[in-house]
Amino acid sequence: MANTKEVRKQIASIKSTQKITSAMEMVAASKMKKTQDTMLEGRPYSLKIKDVISHIALANSEYPHPFYEERSPKKACFIVVSSDKGLCGGLNTNLFKQVIAKSAELHEQGVESCFALIGTKAAGFFKSVGGHVVAVAQKLGDKPNPDDLIGLTKVVLDMHKNGDIDQAYLCANGFVNTMTQQPNVEQLIPLAPEEQDESSPSQWDYIYEPEAKELLEGLLTRYIESLVYQAVIENNACEQAAKMIAMKNATDNAGDLIKELELLYNNVRQAAITQELSEIVGGAAAV
Amino acid sequence: MVYATGTLGELGIAPGHTPLLTGLAAGPVRVQNGSEEEAFFCSGGFLEVQPDLVTVLSDTAERAESLDESEALKAKEVAEQELANKDASLDYAKASAQLAEAVARLKTIQKLRKNQ
Repeated sequence: MANTKEVRKQIASIKSTQKITSAMEMVAASKMKKTQDTMLEGRPYSLKIKDVISHIALANSEYPHPFYEERSPKKACFIVVSSDKGLCGGLNTNLFKQVIAKSAELHEQGVESCFALIGTKAAGFFKSVGGHVVAVAQKLGDKPNPDDLIGLTKVVLDMHKNGDIDQAYLCANGFVNTMTQQPNVEQLIPLAPEEQDESSPSQWDYIYEPEAKELLEGLLTRYIESLVYQAVIENNACEQAAKMIAMKNATDNAGDLIKELELLYNNVRQAAITQELSEIVGGAAAV
Repeated sequence: MVYATGTLGELGIAPGHTPLLTGLAAGPVRVQNGSEEEAFFCSGGFLEVQPDLVTVLSDTAERAESLDESEALKAKEVAEQELANKDASLDYAKASAQLAEAVARLKTIQKLRKNQ
């Protein structure tokens, strides 16, 4: 049977782990509030720009933008948004699984994949699986700056312009609520056409100031950038929520473990006392 | 009515305007609803007009009440200094963009004051 010193040592070590996890839980809880606020602040813009883009899709435009054009796909690019730090449960793994599944599905149709990665975890993962990585942006922090993402988005859009890729997907966790995060793989390019409303006449077009081409180029680029940015801040909110849950579970488990060990410790101690007593009694009887 | 500064000049948009899509330059955006008027400063972006709807997609925006003239002047001076100071490490495009924004902000403040 284990001796009391060993058990005591084990209890102490688990207690210190528990302190760390519970501190991390509290940090994540306070960060979660902030990241959720950032996420909600960004929403009105992305909703409005989505509205405008769907209006443009309905308009009978003089200049059909390449982002709307369906090419026969040969190569696709996945923009994968992950966290920079671990200890957030299955958040990243679940997303990577979906990305790999989608990539395999495309592979069967003869479409090759390449990856543009946001976050240290994605960079590490796709390095170890050996995917073709075209761009990486990492260490963006809790309040990512849109400027930091523009470079990565530009790489992908330029590849599309040059015909190196025909499709682009945005893969990120969607924030459902604090308990649930939903990994999503969404098609970015070609822009999915809105379901056409039969009653609305599509014979109108905008007046463009200045040129339609220039303007649409700017607006659609901004749209893609805003989608990527929104995905990153939403993924941040997911990360903090997942981290909080994971750390809460770890703290609870450590508590259970400590309870069990304390029971064992008392048993061991009691056994030692009983043994000592019986030895004394036995010794006295012998004398 | 919505008044805004497009890349090609000032715009005044009345209800029922024909669909329009334009870039926005840094400058004031005013929204008139009856006798009420709200004013903002936008640092550039896009403007979409539908007959019954105007959408302003601005990179950054501020309410006119929270615009501070002394701050804007200070920002302008800093930007000018940076431009004058021909250092190798200077990001010229960024500094001139900052200057343009500061100037537009000052203009917005002066214009809004005149209107009052």
